[in-house]
Amino acid sequence: MAKKELNLNRVSMPKQDPQERARNFGEVSLGYSKAQAIAEADRCLQCLKPTCKDGCPVNVDIPEFIKALREDDMPEAVRALKAKNSLPAVCGRVCPQEQQCEKLCVLARKGAPVAIGRLERYVADWDLATEGTPEPQAATAVRGRKRIAVVGAGPAGLTCASDLAKMGYGVTMFEALHTAGGVLKYGIPEFRLPKNIVQAEVDYVKSLGVELVLDNVVGRTELVDELFEEGFDAVFLSPGAGAPMFLNIPGENLNNVYSANEFLTRVNLMKAYLFPQYDTPVKVGRRVAVFGGGNVAMDSSRCALRLGAEEVYIVYRRSEAELPAREEERENAKEEGVIFKLLTNPKRLLDDGQGNVRAVECYEMELGEPDESGRRRPIVKPGTEFEIEIDTAIIALGTRPNPVIPSTTPGLELTRQGTIATDVATGRTSREGIWCGGDMATGAATVIDAMGAGRRAATDIDRYLRQK
Amino acid sequence: MYRILEREDLTPTIHLLKIEAPRVARKAQAGQFVILHHGEEGERIPLTIADWDRAEGTVTVVFMEVGTSTRKFAQFKAGDVVDDFVGPLGKPTEIENYGTVVCVAGGFAIATIVPIARAMKAAGNRVISIMGFRTKDLVFWEDRLGQFSDELIVTTDDGSYGRKGLVTEPLTELLKTRDIGRVIAIGPTIMMKFSALTSKPFGVKTIVSLNPIMVDGTGMCGACRVEVGGETKLACVDGPDFDAHLVDWDLLISRQRAYLDQEKTSDERRQHHCSGGGHCG
Ligand SMILES: Cc1cc2nc3c(=O)[nH]c(=O)nc-3n(C[C@H](O)[C@H](O)[C@H](O)COP(=O)(O)OP(=O)(O)OC[C@H]3O[C@@H](n4cnc5c(N)ncnc54)[C@H](O)[C@@H]3O)c2cc1C
Ligand SMILES: Cc1cc2nc3c(=O)[nH]c(=O)nc-3n(C[C@H](O)[C@H](O)[C@H](O)COP(=O)(O)OP(=O)(O)OC[C@H]3O[C@@H](n4cnc5c(N)ncnc54)[C@H](O)[C@@H]3O)c2cc1C
Ligand code: SF4
Ligand code: SF4
Ligand code: FES
Repeated sequence: MAKKELNLNRVSMPKQDPQERARNFGEVSLGYSKAQAIAEADRCLQCLKPTCKDGCPVNVDIPEFIKALREDDMPEAVRALKAKNSLPAVCGRVCPQEQQCEKLCVLARKGAPVAIGRLERYVADWDLATEGTPEPQAATAVRGRKRIAVVGAGPAGLTCASDLAKMGYGVTMFEALHTAGGVLKYGIPEFRLPKNIVQAEVDYVKSLGVELVLDNVVGRTELVDELFEEGFDAVFLSPGAGAPMFLNIPGENLNNVYSANEFLTRVNLMKAYLFPQYDTPVKVGRRVAVFGGGNVAMDSSRCALRLGAEEVYIVYRRSEAELPAREEERENAKEEGVIFKLLTNPKRLLDDGQGNVRAVECYEMELGEPDESGRRRPIVKPGTEFEIEIDTAIIALGTRPNPVIPSTTPGLELTRQGTIATDVATGRTSREGIWCGGDMATGAATVIDAMGAGRRAATDIDRYLRQK
Repeated sequence: MYRILEREDLTPTIHLLKIEAPRVARKAQAGQFVILHHGEEGERIPLTIADWDRAEGTVTVVFMEVGTSTRKFAQFKAGDVVDDFVGPLGKPTEIENYGTVVCVAGGFAIATIVPIARAMKAAGNRVISIMGFRTKDLVFWEDRLGQFSDELIVTTDDGSYGRKGLVTEPLTELLKTRDIGRVIAIGPTIMMKFSALTSKPFGVKTIVSLNPIMVDGTGMCGACRVEVGGETKLACVDGPDFDAHLVDWDLLISRQRAYLDQEKTSDERRQHHCSGGGHCG
């Protein structure tokens, strides 16, 4: 390949103005224009050994789709991208690229990796907006009438289902909620991931011939073992890690104390931000404290701002360096005016005498020796208690696996964390015929990890069913 | 899509819907509930399963109009469809032979206690039922609950029918004079609380079906937190049945009122819509 001049000017992403966007639910990042996309694509060196690919959990052929984009062959760019990634419009928006593909781009060493995620988004959005792109048809050769049940229609389930459908299997997806998409619908807010994009991806999976059964809580409406009795030959479990964690401090059950799951579900899934046009309410007063420092905490704080809160605090017990949220989201939150109370930990929530939260009493913290996670352990500084007046508290500590499926499926081995024990390479569980992937197998992780697990399981299910 | 096969008005504000939902019917047990949701703008609301027919593939719910969502569901007629109908959720009521069981129910909950009385009877218990209403015009299903009860006591607050007074009075008498193995109390929160206070001194285990605000009904959101025996529980997966003597009633009552202002706003808006346009739903 001809030597190419290094261009280290990453094309920046146009965004809504921070002041304005902090009050609306419209998408924050506006996406590249064609000229911007081509300029950014042009920075790619088309490496012969593209290290970027190794950083992608589903091995998207990055140089190939970028090359097509640069040559303005959009249908080819879409094909190259979708060959490995069935939800590119989602991943382009929410993948932590700085820790994945972009981290391993050769230009990362120069501080300016190719903006792979933004290009991916550009190609995927072009595809969604373009009518007449050849719809991938459901494979016609049915593999021996074998049927697979997929439990949970989040990213892991959608990927596994679409891969198996493309191989020609009959796939039925069972979803507990009234709509498919998992965290993409109920957790990640509209301003970061518009719901019509998620729905378009769900519709694409359905167009492959996957049957979607909503309102079906496996473990309640139907047991896993009953799925086999109904004639399914294999079951893929992808119910996510849906159960909220709480702080276990006094005052946690006061009114206006939410788990992030409840708060985000009310806002995103039930569209409480459009109350009273929509029937589901949510309460956000003048001051809001969000406990936690991950993506979920950033999303909650930014939703609270958009619902009209004047002051929103992120209360996090370690320092800025340990904040687990994506850098981009942390920056967005700061720009919009979220206030970070670092090295701060809640002791208890105080009551207004009417059953509502009035304030949170916090300790100041300091960092000690590294703990088993490798991060420095936060330690309470005794005698440093202080109060922050609040009207709403949102607990964004993460989630743990919901026991509904494990407790109703005999013989499924669990890990100490309550996740379903699986073989990472294949997704096989301790029970023959049952696979598992996504947050239920790994604990809370990322969209693309969940998709990767769905894909590996689909491959292994195919292998298994062919041998059977 | 779940088709409504029958609609019946048990009182002017308490309605019955029989809905085609074969998967739910196949698994339904006494004490479990379903979540209904209709329309893009609708809320998810929990209702107890009042009856089911596995052969026919139907599930029956009975509900009282109290606000926006229940008023919307009150507009449904036979032949209409409900978008979403999820269940059966929650743990079934513990059914065993306890000897003599007292089933106490108030208002709309008469319907929800029927399957429990039926199951208790089938398990060999002597079933004594107490049903309480505000006034005579609101009495329904006396015959239906009577069918599964060895004794049936009706009370009205104003004395217009049956005994005058609250359900706790006959309950106290029964606890004093009979050997009662278990009390089941279902109805408005305040009625369950007072039933719990009534039976506590007698040390008779009392089960209540709690009705906190819910969203998903599957253990995902934590909206339905209740405190029982000093521990936080999720009513939708750990319950809805709990030991009445361990429930923190004041917390439950407070949490049920969390959205009072919003509920009023929503209700007024809908009512206004209706009277203005002349055609609801
Ligand atoms: C607020 C928030 C923000 C996030 N931001 C990011 C981000 O920016 N980037 C990123 O990569 N990751 C992010 N994540 C993490 C990411 O969303 C998850 O790792 C991913 O969605 C996991 O996918 P999954 O398919 O395993 O499960 P989920 O997405 O949780 O989907 C599981 C589905 O199964 C259904 N289900 C559950 N139980 C049952 C049952 N018994 N029967 C039938 N169906 C059932 C659920 O209703 C759900 O639809 C975020 C998570 C949250 C909560
Ligand atoms: C497990 C369970 C079983 C129930 N069974 C029945 C039943 O068989 N028949 C019946 O008439 N009612 C039942 N309820 C109560 C019923 O769900 C509420 O009356 C209904 O949701 C009120 O909605 P609304 O919009 O009409 O009224 P709103 O004006 O919104 O609320 C009126 C009151 O209902 C309660 N409520 C509001 N939203 C919810 C919600 N999403 N979940 C639970 N409670 C809420 C609140 O305490 C509120 O103050 C049950 C509740 C639970 C939790
Ligand atoms: S799927 Fe995610 S990790 Fe893979 S190339 Fe796309 S943005 Fe990067
Ligand atoms: S490593 Fe970077 S420059 Fe090289 S092919 Fe991948 S994206 Fe292009
Ligand atoms: S209703 Fe959401 S956890 Fe019970």
